[in-house]
Amino acid sequence: MTQTPDTYSAANEKTAFAAERTRWDKAKIVLRKSPWSARFGMVVILAYMIVGLFAPIIAPYGEAEVFPVPFAPWDATHIFGTDQIGRDILSRLIYGARNTVGIALVTTFLSFLIGGGLGLVAAINRSWIDQVLSRGVDVLMAIPSLIFALVLLSIFGSSAVNLIMIIAVLDATRVFRLTRSVAVNVVVMEYVEAARLRGEGLGWIMRREILPNIMPPLVAEFGLRFCFVFLTIAALSFLGVGIQPPTADWGSMVRENASLIQFAQYDLKAGLTPLLPASAIALLTVAVNFVVDWFLHHTSGLKDTPK
Amino acid sequence: MHPIVKTVFQRLGLGVVTLFIVSLIIFAAIELLPGDFGQAVLGQAATEETVAAFRRELGLDQPAVWRYVDWIAGVAQGDLGTSFSGRASSGVDRSRPVIDLIAPRLENTLFLAGLTAVVAVPLALFLGISAALYRNSIYDRTVNALTLTTISFPEFFVAYVLILCLTSLWPIFPSLSNISADTEFAERVYRSAMPALTLTLVIVAHMMRMTRAAIINLLASPYIQMARLTGASQREVILKHALPNAWAPIATVIAFNLAYLVVGVVVVEVVFVYPGVGQLMVDAVSSRDIPVVQGCALIFAATYIVLNLVADIVGIVTNPKLLHPK
Repeated sequence: MTQTPDTYSAANEKTAFAAERTRWDKAKIVLRKSPWSARFGMVVILAYMIVGLFAPIIAPYGEAEVFPVPFAPWDATHIFGTDQIGRDILSRLIYGARNTVGIALVTTFLSFLIGGGLGLVAAINRSWIDQVLSRGVDVLMAIPSLIFALVLLSIFGSSAVNLIMIIAVLDATRVFRLTRSVAVNVVVMEYVEAARLRGEGLGWIMRREILPNIMPPLVAEFGLRFCFVFLTIAALSFLGVGIQPPTADWGSMVRENASLIQFAQYDLKAGLTPLLPASAIALLTVAVNFVVDWFLHHTSGLKDTPK
Repeated sequence: MHPIVKTVFQRLGLGVVTLFIVSLIIFAAIELLPGDFGQAVLGQAATEETVAAFRRELGLDQPAVWRYVDWIAGVAQGDLGTSFSGRASSGVDRSRPVIDLIAPRLENTLFLAGLTAVVAVPLALFLGISAALYRNSIYDRTVNALTLTTISFPEFFVAYVLILCLTSLWPIFPSLSNISADTEFAERVYRSAMPALTLTLVIVAHMMRMTRAAIINLLASPYIQMARLTGASQREVILKHALPNAWAPIATVIAFNLAYLVVGVVVVEVVFVYPGVGQLMVDAVSSRDIPVVQGCALIFAATYIVLNLVADIVGIVTNPKLLHPK
């Protein structure tokens, strides 16, 4: 008992346990116990992030740099050949990591901002706002989202901003449902009631009382939603109504080079070219799914159940 | 009234209301267009009179409520309006009614979806039930790992891998599904094989996993243990005791996946240049031909809603807890 604090504070009490593990240590311990599939997923995601962030440094040529030979075969100058107007495929794949994944990430964040925010408001408020939002979401979810996205794109036209807004709003309906259903169980807790009686505002209750307690399902949902958004955007771009050229994007790259596949009999490498961007998409979704799977397993407390 | 009948009627009513609101949303599409879209459709050379005539033809000089009633009455009689394409700035009108564009293609799409369902549903049931029977065996694990991977792949990836293997390296099937109204049935099946195979791979995975999960969930319940204690074999337990109770979730999953087929069909049709509604819709979106987009969206949305409704009702009707209320 060297010194006694004048006022009580939970934060001080906590720091009294000096030897407590830092977050970094905890993360290391958790990671050491992770299964190979999750490690594989994390390595892949990390690799995509690095490639996306440093695309201009890694890529051998520019995003829309045109070379004289269209559909060039794989060789030393163009490792994966060139596309229908002579752009280097490898460079476009690398820039695609930045564009496709970047747009999908922004869209997912936006949909969590909209859906999560409204979901929390609906869960806390439980009055007519909840009713209006919930029934509205029911109706929006009755239309398959790809079809709805196509209708909206035909009205507003295909541009990156429109694409992000449309998919974010459509996807926010799913986030809203999940957030509302998990938050409803937390809202009735005594500590939320206490915060209300203390006179805290809606923003405080949302951020400080409820959000920390519904984080694990939301984080897992973020991974799954990202996959879904990523696949939807890739599908729309593949259909030619998503991300527009000359922006390098994996979905439209598949479509542009699809005709090469017929030459697989004569040159297998040429036949594989359209599959490269497609497998870039597939690999990332599989990796994210692996990590989410492990994360759910880890946070739900079912740590050591045999498979 | 029996509580089940009441619930079913409630669901049906809800379905009708949803359909109504969805039709409102799709109708509102044309309201959201910028004011000068008549000029955009007819081209820069269109005179003010042609644009005015075009707007009058669409009824844009009348209140929106009246136009909705007019439109929905037309839809009920199979009239979905007239396509924007084929209109010239000089006022010459070679546009076609949307229904003439959609009808033949709808038949093709239904054929493709039907073919897929006929193959996929029994296959998924067989795989799911046998995986539950030989649970944790190598067979079960292989099927599980395979289906988990196909679930995470985009449809066009599956489609192009199949094209690479089955049409390019080993030419067994044609890569383009070129069918028309007078194609014979056997030829039609042969030419639609590739898109149907792709769709099957995509939806079997989900259905199979849910079937397996539904049966395995039940295996932990006391009545199954009782059956085991009476000396029933694993096969008997699963086929006679577990399966009858698992039908409700399985039927729901099947209907849900058929509804998913509606969306999956769009991408697959474009890959294989299959002349269906999905491809028509994508073309119409690119050329911003709103009446065609509306017509296709209405068909897709209605199918989706009806199939989900069927799933719901099957789930209610086969639920033993609701069948025998206390």
